Amino acid sequence: MQAPKRLPFWRDERILSWSVQLLFLVLVITLIAFLARNLLLNLRQQGLGLGFGFLRTTAGFDIGEHFFPYDRSHTFLEAFIVGLLNTAMVGFLGVILATLLGVLFGVARLASNFIVRQIARWYIEFLRNIPLLVLLIFWYTGVFLKLPRVKEAITLPGSILLSNRGIAIPWGIPTGTFSQYRLIFWGGLFLGLVVTLLLNLHGRRTGRPPLALLWGSLTFISIAILGWFLLSTPPLTLDVPGVQGLRIAGGRPLSPEFMALLSGLAIYTSAFIADVVRAGIQSVSKGQVEAAKSLGLKGSQILRMVVFPQALRVIIPPLTSQYLNLIKNSSLAVAIGYPEMFHVSGTILNQSGRAVEMIALVMAVYLAISLLTSAVMNWYNRKVRLVER
Amino acid sequence: MKKQLFTFLVFLTLLTLAVSACGPAPTSAGPVNTQAPGAPPEVVKETVIVTVEVPAAPGTPQVQVQVAQAPGFGETLEAVKARGNLICGVNGQLPGFSFLDPDGNFSGFDADFCRALAAAVFGDATKVEFRPVTAQERFTALQTGEIDVLMRNTTWTVTRDTELGLNFVGTTFYDGQGILVPVDSGITTLADLEGGTICVQKGTTTELNLADVMATNGINYTPAVFDDVNATYGAYAEGRCDAATSDKSQLSSVAKGLLPDPDQHVIMDVTLSKEPLGPAVRHGDDQWFDIVKWVVSATIAAEEYGVSSENVDDMLANSTNPEIRRLLGAEGDLGLKFGLENPWAYNIIKLVGNYAEIYNRSLGEDTPTYIPRGLNSLYSNGGVLYAPPFR
Repeated sequence: MQAPKRLPFWRDERILSWSVQLLFLVLVITLIAFLARNLLLNLRQQGLGLGFGFLRTTAGFDIGEHFFPYDRSHTFLEAFIVGLLNTAMVGFLGVILATLLGVLFGVARLASNFIVRQIARWYIEFLRNIPLLVLLIFWYTGVFLKLPRVKEAITLPGSILLSNRGIAIPWGIPTGTFSQYRLIFWGGLFLGLVVTLLLNLHGRRTGRPPLALLWGSLTFISIAILGWFLLSTPPLTLDVPGVQGLRIAGGRPLSPEFMALLSGLAIYTSAFIADVVRAGIQSVSKGQVEAAKSLGLKGSQILRMVVFPQALRVIIPPLTSQYLNLIKNSSLAVAIGYPEMFHVSGTILNQSGRAVEMIALVMAVYLAISLLTSAVMNWYNRKVRLVER
Repeated sequence: MKKQLFTFLVFLTLLTLAVSACGPAPTSAGPVNTQAPGAPPEVVKETVIVTVEVPAAPGTPQVQVQVAQAPGFGETLEAVKARGNLICGVNGQLPGFSFLDPDGNFSGFDADFCRALAAAVFGDATKVEFRPVTAQERFTALQTGEIDVLMRNTTWTVTRDTELGLNFVGTTFYDGQGILVPVDSGITTLADLEGGTICVQKGTTTELNLADVMATNGINYTPAVFDDVNATYGAYAEGRCDAATSDKSQLSSVAKGLLPDPDQHVIMDVTLSKEPLGPAVRHGDDQWFDIVKWVVSATIAAEEYGVSSENVDDMLANSTNPEIRRLLGAEGDLGLKFGLENPWAYNIIKLVGNYAEIYNRSLGEDTPTYIPRGLNSLYSNGGVLYAPPFR
């Protein structure tokens, strides 16, 4: 008997695949180390250091739009956070608007009505084929800056003022009882959530449809309304914008840069989302719709109860990447001067001279935002995914 | 499996190629590192005295010049000469300073100083490559060696001179920050701007000065910050802002050159800050620093001595003033001390002109971008221009 013949190591698949991976790892590490060393050497030759300590120094510049008190005496870090929040604001509102518009046009694209279908088709084709930057500049210089000057501002119903300084909407100003009302508001929200959860659990045990969400939101809304009227004075007074000399005073101003960026991003991305939605709907087999019809469901019911739940499985993954695109594309605001994160970091970079650090920081933060968005969407995807047994 | 392995190997090969391709690039891209790639660049610590053999015409005694050398010394001039042209970072959007004229050439005050530098280095004022950079890009472009010198109406400040790794060679244009408003707005004082919106360009000292002055005076305002000259004044012209702020020279040149209705705008009688504008070079090459500094001084000295592009040949031949003779290279070896040709200043004056000629060509009374000379006159005429002695 002969001992089982051992393969020579260079033909052993396991060893081969391990060594290839090891080699690859070594190469990647070498590449990174080489680039890092080069950077440090060049920086040292120019007498420049590397470090994030500068973020704690005074910024010295003002930013037009900020969600928390900020002026020139704050630090670079705070300036950066102002920009980050502005990016988050546009990203959040943009995602919501783009989804609403996208679903609308995606469904319209498949409508049986010829005109509706064609409108949706041209909307999608037109917007998908224009570069976003062009669209943004169009919205900014072609639409929002072309609105009448302040003196001739247009007043829309609901005291909304339109001018080339932006849109001013009426806004609540907190009164003395606002802090009490805030407690009631959050308490109501908490109670509503508890009711929803309990009813849901109850429904699962008994097997009867519990209408948990309906009762939960009813609880919250009634507490919120009761609280408003039970307080001695209303917690908010309405501040209506008005023209005051050369400028608009009062209300909540939305700058033309913000409006242009939001509309540009939302409308551009909605065209892509519409196609994603259409693909999702078309992926649901015809038999499902026919079965639903034969059960006597109405058109809207079919869409809501049969088609959408199944389409979501196909829609969610590409939708996630559209959301990521929207958030990352917000950096194009540099062209129209909305102070989002990339714009502000450009200023910081220039005033502090810390190019490497700022670009690294911006990349890291965009990466973090994108990973966070992905994580949320992946969690949702797992929920709607077809569970195979 | 085999196919996977093959893909992997192909990928690895590509990666290796990529590594070897971009490997030496960062080291050889700029004049920053002239060492052979791979070898760790030695940072010269001590100052050495090097004797430069200067080739002289046969029959004349060999001239020897001693120069003190420090790390990076001479790199820039060497790189510029090897390349055969000077890369000059300019604004490119500012009429009167650096602007693309209808013939496709860069013209203006800053552009002419680029030409003067090229004239000093090559004896040929056309050997300049103008590279427009935005306010935001300019310092990085200079730090990384993408441009040899920055001539872009840049304000000299402590931070820029130290932390950014730059050296300002001096001031070519003394300026102050002003505010441009529409005539019909009725705004005449800073206080009138309360609650208003002000257009300003991103990454400038004007952005910081504006914040300083408004905070000092307790005036609330909203800045609208844009990336370049055209975006800033485009938004201002559309009425996006109540006012625009920048250096007065820029406001004047923009109001006359870019706005559709120049008569409808006025620069307020308020000066927010001192803005000494001048060329900047990288830290670490003192020779280049000296060259740019003395090119500027040579134009000022030429004006002071009355040497212009018209009479420079006559002066070279007939002048008995030793200072003029030294400046023009008829006497002594001033040019050699910079590593340049001896008639370096003669070339500047002959090919580009003295300070007054440069100024009047772009900003003089006959030009659409006229700015009174004011502080930018010779010290003997009530200004602050003053060239150190040429000896």
